[in-house]
Amino acid sequence: MIAIVDYGVGNLFSLASSLSAIGADAAVTGDSDVIRRAEKIILPGVGAFGDAKEKLFSSGLADALKEEARGGKPILGICLGMQLLFDKSYEYGEYEGLGLIEGEIRPISDVIPKDLKIPHIGWNALNFVGEKNEIFKYLSEGDFVYFVHSFYGASCPDVIATSEYGYPLTAAVARGNVYGCQFHPEKSGEVGLKILKAFAEL
Amino acid sequence: MITKRIIPCLDVKAGRVVKGVNFEGLSDVSSPVELGKYYSDNGADELVFYDITASSDGRRLFTDILTEVASKIFIPLTVGGGINSLDDFDRVLKCGADKVSVNSGAIKNPNLIEEAAKRYGDQCVVLSVDVKRVAGKFTVFAKGGRENTGIDALEWIKAGAERGAGEIVLNSIDTDGVKRGFDLEMLRAVSEIVSVPVIASGGAGKIDDFITLFRELPKVDAGLAASIFHFGEVKINELKEALYRNGIPTRRKI
Repeated sequence: MIAIVDYGVGNLFSLASSLSAIGADAAVTGDSDVIRRAEKIILPGVGAFGDAKEKLFSSGLADALKEEARGGKPILGICLGMQLLFDKSYEYGEYEGLGLIEGEIRPISDVIPKDLKIPHIGWNALNFVGEKNEIFKYLSEGDFVYFVHSFYGASCPDVIATSEYGYPLTAAVARGNVYGCQFHPEKSGEVGLKILKAFAEL
Repeated sequence: MITKRIIPCLDVKAGRVVKGVNFEGLSDVSSPVELGKYYSDNGADELVFYDITASSDGRRLFTDILTEVASKIFIPLTVGGGINSLDDFDRVLKCGADKVSVNSGAIKNPNLIEEAAKRYGDQCVVLSVDVKRVAGKFTVFAKGGRENTGIDALEWIKAGAERGAGEIVLNSIDTDGVKRGFDLEMLRAVSEIVSVPVIASGGAGKIDDFITLFRELPKVDAGLAASIFHFGEVKINELKEALYRNGIPTRRKI
């Protein structure tokens, strides 16, 4: 069973539906015990880092996630969920993350040309970094995925894909059993479903 | 490179797609689920569902069908029509919509944009504006283009973006239905004053109109249309190929 972590941030309907569409057994839950019993964990999220981080830590879910990830359980962070895996974020302040992925979350305005719009919103192509990660096993270089974000993963040695927006923005990361996508696989059509399928099959 | 988006818009009344459509291979042409899936499979980058229901019973059918669409089609969904309050936002977002489009509701209560952006994020709030030239000035119309509000369109759109609208859908009443191309003059004026994505609507009649749009106005992010897609006058996969051949960034592999 895949636990979709519900900590009161964002709409989990599409994510649950897309896992059901690929035939994966998934449950939306805010219960640490259920998360500890699950075979895999997906950490979704939209909104601001500080607020989400507060909810994750105050509910005790952060400890469960850190322990399960360190114990080797596959975990996938999506969008803000990916950002929460990082050490730190500088989104409207300075916040500590889960520390499962090395690096920090910075505004894309630091690196993209001034004439490009913020947020980075829409479909962009994936460029793989290094050897193709297992989570992309059903994908080809250049497949399109759907992004909506204004902050990105910087100073990260674990980038497995980037997308070009006047700068090669971090699109996905992986460190052992810990994975993260800046884009929304649940909104990226067939390509997104293929990523979720690869994760479900890990 | 981010791609230019192509967005079909479906009018839904009491849970069914209105306006005749005629596609081979679709068993039920007025099923929002079948039609949405058809578009998604053929390369649509997003879908817009517009609720033109008048009664609350019909609105309930709309939310039922929206839930079904959102559980089967995994590309971004925008919902518009009859959005007047945060409760309306809540209702459609819970059904799986990703963005909510406001028009007359925001004219009645401009704070709606701000309140919704605060609660759900800018990316969730789409300001849709029907604009017509009145004595040479771009003027906002309400109630599906029937009522002249006297509001200056450029000022309204600029203020809307400042209040937190994450995208602007600009529908030119002057070119709507004429099928001789998008309203480039109006779109240029708007894309120069806002930094959020601008979606062009009204006037497309053929593939070349989209090529002209993105060539002349590189700041415009997306093209939206309804009947030309529904009647098969423009096929989305052919449109995407043509954009690609003309060097316009587009998502072809789906």
